[in-house]
Amino acid sequence: MTRDRTRFTGFQRLLHWVMAVCIIAMLFIGIGMVSTVRPDYLPLIATHKTLGVAIFVLAVIRLGTRLAYGAPALPADLPPAMKLGARLSHYALYALMLGMPLIGYAMLSTAAYPVVLYGDIRLPAILPQSDSLHTLLLAAHRALALAFFALILLHIAAALFHALVRRDGVFEAMAPVSLTHRSLTHRDKAAPAE
Amino acid sequence: MPQPPRAPLGSLAFIAVIVAAGAGAFAYTAGWFSPQRLTPERLVGSLAPAGGPALGHRRNHAKGICFTGMFLSNGKGTELSTAQIFRPGEFAALGRFNLGTPSPDAPDATVRVRGLGLQLSTPGGEVWRTAMIDPPVFPVSTPQGFYELQKAAHSKEPDAMKKFAAAHPEFAPFAQWAGTAPWTSSYAEDPFNSLNSFVFTDASGTDRTVRWSLVPAAPLVPITPEELAKRGPNYLEQEIVQRVAAAPQRWTMIVTVAEPGDVTSDPSKAWPPERRKVEVGTLVVQRIEAEADGPCREINFDPTVLPSGMRVSDDPFPAARSSAYRVSYDRRTAEAKDYPRTPSAKP
Repeated sequence: MTRDRTRFTGFQRLLHWVMAVCIIAMLFIGIGMVSTVRPDYLPLIATHKTLGVAIFVLAVIRLGTRLAYGAPALPADLPPAMKLGARLSHYALYALMLGMPLIGYAMLSTAAYPVVLYGDIRLPAILPQSDSLHTLLLAAHRALALAFFALILLHIAAALFHALVRRDGVFEAMAPVSLTHRSLTHRDKAAPAE
Repeated sequence: MPQPPRAPLGSLAFIAVIVAAGAGAFAYTAGWFSPQRLTPERLVGSLAPAGGPALGHRRNHAKGICFTGMFLSNGKGTELSTAQIFRPGEFAALGRFNLGTPSPDAPDATVRVRGLGLQLSTPGGEVWRTAMIDPPVFPVSTPQGFYELQKAAHSKEPDAMKKFAAAHPEFAPFAQWAGTAPWTSSYAEDPFNSLNSFVFTDASGTDRTVRWSLVPAAPLVPITPEELAKRGPNYLEQEIVQRVAAAPQRWTMIVTVAEPGDVTSDPSKAWPPERRKVEVGTLVVQRIEAEADGPCREINFDPTVLPSGMRVSDDPFPAARSSAYRVSYDRRTAEAKDYPRTPSAKP
C-alpha cells in the first residue's frame, strides 16, 4: 500500500507543515532569546519550553504515522547519492525533532532550574543537578540547534530543487494542497516558451 | 511521470536566494550583524576585574557562604498571593550570604554591597528564588545603565565615575547610602531588599505590585570599615559560622505593596515609607556550610524563578538578571574543575 501512493497521507502532510512552522519558530526564538538583554527574554523562554514539549509530542506522533503509513517511493531515476542523502537527512531530522526537546529539558534539570510552561504547568526534573552533564548538554543543545537549522535550509533547498528543477513529484508528495494537476497543466503550457 | 528537467539556472538562483535569506534572517536574529547589541555575555563580561573573572565562581557576588534553614510562614501572605509558600507552615529554605564583588578573595571591608540569595521550596513543587541586597535602592534605572556603571567603575579614566554620576542622576540616592549608611560586622545584622518589583495575584485574581525585604532580628552594631578590616579579610564568614552555631538567626520578611502612581519599573526609586507593609513570615537560618561543597553552589538564584501567584512586573531588571545569571551559571559550571568541591584540595 505504501508503495502505491504518490503523496503522503493528509494527516502526515498536516503534521509536517504544522511542525515546520513550530520548529522554525523554535530555532529563531532560541537563537534570539539568548542574544539580547531584554524583557522579552522571559516570554520567549517560556514559549521556547512550551513549544519544545509540543514539538516532542508531535514528533512522537509523526514517527508513529511514518512507521504506520510509510512514505511514497522516491523517483526511480533519482541518483543513488541523492537517495542516500534524502534517507540520511530524514533520519537526522527525526533524531533532532525528538532529541532536541529532550536535551533541552535534561539541560534545565542538570542546572536545577524548575521547568515551568505556559499555563503554569510544572514539569519534574528528569536528571539531578550536575555541572559536567549540564556543560555537555548545553554544548550539545547549541551545536545541534545550528546543525538543525542548517539541515532545514538543506531540506528546503532540496525540496525546491525537486519542485523547480527535477519536477519529479517529490515536492508534490508533501505539498500542503494538491498542486500536481494544476501545475502539470501550467507547465505543459509554459514548456514551449522555455 | 517525471517531467524533463528545464534550464535550471533561474531556479537554482531562486533556491540560492531563499537559502541565503533564511540564513541571513537567522544570523540577524542571533545578533551576528549587530555587535553593539547588549548581550548577556557583554553584560557579564563587564563585571570582570582587570585580571579576568575568577574561574568556577559566580561572575558577580562571587564571595559567599551557604546556609540552610526554614521559612516560618504566618499565613498573612495569602492576602496578597496564592503562592503555596504563604500558607501557614514551615518550609525549606536554602540560601547564600554574599558580597557584591566579582572576586571570591576580596577582603570583606573592601565591599560595600552585601547580598542574600534565597530559595524557598514548598512540598507542592513550587520554587521561589530571590537575590536581594542591602542598599535600600538600586544604583541605576535600567540594565543598560548597569552596564555603563560597570564600564565606568572599571575605567582607567580618573573622572569616569564623575561623568557616570552626571549622566545618571538616579545614582545619587545609592551613592548617598554607600557613603553614609553604617557598616556592620555581621550578615545577621544586615537587611536585604528585593529592590525589583513583582506582581502578586491573590485568590480573587487581584494583582498587586510589590517589593519585599528581610529585616534582621539582630540589632545593628555599627562598625567602621577600618575596624572591620582589622578583624581579617574573611571575618564575615567566620562570624556567621560562629553566630549561627550558637543560635539560629532570624529575619522578618516584609512585603511592601505599591499604590497607583508608584514607579514600579525603576528599582532606583524608593516608594514612600507609608506604603502598606505585610509581615508574611520569618526566615530562620539554622546551619552554615562552606560554598565549595555546600548546597547553594549548584543554585542559580535567578529572580524570575517564581511560584504560582507571583510574576514579573514592568521592572526590566529581573529579565536582564535572569539572562546574565544564566551566562554566569553556564560559565562557572563549565569551569567547575577550577573551583574544587573540597576546599582543602585547593593548591
